[in-house]
Amino acid sequence: MPATDTSVRASIVVDAPIERAFAVFTDGIETWWPPEHHILQADLAGMTFEPRAGGQVYDRGVDGSECRWARVLAYEPPDRVVFSWDINTQWEVETDRDKTSEVEVRFVSEGTDRTRVELEHRKLDRHGDGWEQVRGAVGSDDGWAVGLRRFAAAARAT
Amino acid sequence: MGELARELPVSRPAVSQHLKVLKDAGLVIDRRAGSRRIYQLDPQGVGALRAYLDRFWSQALTAFKAAVEQGDEEVS
Repeated sequence: MPATDTSVRASIVVDAPIERAFAVFTDGIETWWPPEHHILQADLAGMTFEPRAGGQVYDRGVDGSECRWARVLAYEPPDRVVFSWDINTQWEVETDRDKTSEVEVRFVSEGTDRTRVELEHRKLDRHGDGWEQVRGAVGSDDGWAVGLRRFAAAARAT
Repeated sequence: MGELARELPVSRPAVSQHLKVLKDAGLVIDRRAGSRRIYQLDPQGVGALRAYLDRFWSQALTAFKAAVEQGDEEVS
């Protein structure tokens, strides 16, 4: 992949019908979203994915606080969903839409009980400055290498 | 830089200023080649965010797969 690539891509195949894969990804987001990945001050109580274009994705804290960190840009069950990533490199909600990236998720049926999920997180260059913090997070002990090992272990186990 | 300035509807000094901001932000790096200055996107800059998100989405999709295959009790 060229160094100038401003997208991240990931995909996975799940043993479930396309409708269920779509429903779990959106309506069921709090059943799988890594719980430590939120930017609330309080602990995470739950997450909501509003099922319509123009809706939002938001986290709810145990203290009643909310963090609206994504706008639903396209909602096309069971094939496709697109949402913005309104989080800046200081881990705050970005209010300038020109400085937000976006995530497109496509669901492709590979049989009655098998669905391929293809994710692209793109326009990353729009987040602007402040890369040092992100670089630090990647370089820490809990970085990249650990993540890949976990992924490989999980893939083998299924 | 001259090539960029020719393509853009702004003056050469303006392009220079914008490139300086991008360079200070760590998004581009530059090098001198004779009388020319070559700018390129800093692979360490966008690369850091890409590496972070690569890791994040790998973890997230693995957890997603587990949730989808767990059964129907959690999503109506």
